[in-house]
Amino acid sequence: MNSSGSITRRRLLMALPLVGAGAVGAAFWKMLSGMQHGSFNPHDINAPVLNRPVPDFSLPGLAPSEGFGTQDLTSLKEPVLLNFFASWCIPCVAEMPTLMAFKDQLTMWGVAYKDKPDNAAAFLRHSGNPFARLGNDQQGRTGMDWGLSGVPETFLIGPGGVIRWHTAAPLTEDILRGSILPLAAKLKTP
Amino acid sequence: MITKPVPRSSAPPARRFFSRLAAGLLAAFCLLAVPLYGLAVDDPSEMLSDPRAEARAEAIGAQLRCLVCQNESIEDSSAGLARDLRRVVREHVAQGESNQQIMQWMVSRYGNFIRLKPALSLGTIMLWSMPALALLLGCGAAFFFYRRHAATPPPPPLSDDEKARLARLTGKDDRT
Repeated sequence: MNSSGSITRRRLLMALPLVGAGAVGAAFWKMLSGMQHGSFNPHDINAPVLNRPVPDFSLPGLAPSEGFGTQDLTSLKEPVLLNFFASWCIPCVAEMPTLMAFKDQLTMWGVAYKDKPDNAAAFLRHSGNPFARLGNDQQGRTGMDWGLSGVPETFLIGPGGVIRWHTAAPLTEDILRGSILPLAAKLKTP
Repeated sequence: MITKPVPRSSAPPARRFFSRLAAGLLAAFCLLAVPLYGLAVDDPSEMLSDPRAEARAEAIGAQLRCLVCQNESIEDSSAGLARDLRRVVREHVAQGESNQQIMQWMVSRYGNFIRLKPALSLGTIMLWSMPALALLLGCGAAFFFYRRHAATPPPPPLSDDEKARLARLTGKDDRT
């Protein structure tokens, strides 16, 4: 009785490494299979902006809008979509009609990133301007404080100026309907 | 490059041509192998006037990933963002900040991915110690298995009944 008990215990101990290796293998399998459907991307920059307060910055305006800074975002009562764009950036040009289509459902602010003010203004005249306020980051220094690696890049700022959502890819109707609008609605109701 | 002199009469023209071609190729290869330390600092005005500070800025920049061309450091890349980050590194160096402070500035904005050499963390420690750990576990398992095998006592001697049954089964029973 006693000896058989010790043998099963030993068997269990021996199975332990096997079970551990199996668990680790399954975890790696799950992680790597995420590369197929985009939930795992080793090239992702993963700027650690999520759920952080907006960085310290102050931007001059882009006519006709006056600029904005940290204060304007932290005093927000409703969510705002902050979009970095440039007239020289083809994906930004491609994404603009989508932003125009949703501008009545969500407040949008824009920042012209490393762009000549005249070019940025001409671009918005041509494509339509979805932005309630416009900042001009001609040197790209504010972009750095936001962890920007390129344009377009978009942030959803919750009330109180906390970054709640972020993407470094052009926005599509699916992303706006599926992710951004539901999250914005949730942030609006306290 | 030293080649053995070949007597003219004994080498056919084709062989001479190929040996020359081989020598030429070897020389070209040697030239290619000369390391070309080309940094992407395309504007000399970017560089700091103090050579020691500039060397430190270059060392820091070589540790930072260019987020546009992801396998290049910001010192090697000609991307606009890399140029901006190089300028920031030099500004911080000129202000007398430590390497660690500058790294921290970068990581807080762009995350750990900007380090070309990953920092020591729980995750990386686990990654590096995994082979040793696996070997240890394997040796442990083998040792336990061996000890149990050795500790198994020999079976007790057969009784008379069992001996008779064995003899019957193996067909060595004298009575049949």
